[in-house]
Amino acid sequence: MRMVKVQEEDFDVGVLARELSAGRTDIGAIATFVGLVRGASDGVEEMTLEHYPGMTEKSLLDIVDEAQTRWQLMSTIVIHRVGALQPGEQIVYVGVASGHRGEAFAACEFIMDYLKTRAPFWKKEKTPDGARWVDARDADDSAAERWNDVEARR
Amino acid sequence: MSIKLLYFASLRESLGLADESLDLPEGVDTVGALRAHLSGRSETWGRLAPGHNVRAAVNQAMAGDDASIKAGDEVAFFPPVTGG
Repeated sequence: MRMVKVQEEDFDVGVLARELSAGRTDIGAIATFVGLVRGASDGVEEMTLEHYPGMTEKSLLDIVDEAQTRWQLMSTIVIHRVGALQPGEQIVYVGVASGHRGEAFAACEFIMDYLKTRAPFWKKEKTPDGARWVDARDADDSAAERWNDVEARR
Repeated sequence: MSIKLLYFASLRESLGLADESLDLPEGVDTVGALRAHLSGRSETWGRLAPGHNVRAAVNQAMAGDDASIKAGDEVAFFPPVTGG
């Protein structure tokens, strides 16, 4: 099973974890990542997410497909929210189910690293000084590039 | 015959334009040539010039400057992505 969604609505991690393993008894591990909108010390009052309808969903499916060729995964769910979000709100969910934990941990991290550099989402932060678009970070590119050497890690 | 152009995020805001139709000028048949063509519109459009930090997609797939373009294609330009 693989599912990707781009939506304004919030998601329930408990429901999603049950969907990942529904009807199966061969799953030994579920790894999930939940990203939250960071505010407080960053001065961010609100975050607005823009995407490219059509291409965003397609690129998320490509990333999930790539993960499934690298690891033995039983099910994968990726949800990314768009629109206006407040600090503390959930923004992204990646859930991966596999036979063993090593594959689940690795695939979950891989999907997040690729999502951050290859899926067309853009963040705009509202701060007391006004609104600004978030710049892409070199650190995110490095995080994605290290998977090019994945054979050496397995 | 024309192509559909889309602009996203900070690029859309600075251009003041989200989308447009463009009749492909003679000889403009790659992303790089299209960038050169559009960047000549004004100083603001110069942000699209080849070599600048703006990404492109042709028919919803990431595309480099040598990617070809033909009538009916959907071409998008946008800043580096920042999701997650």
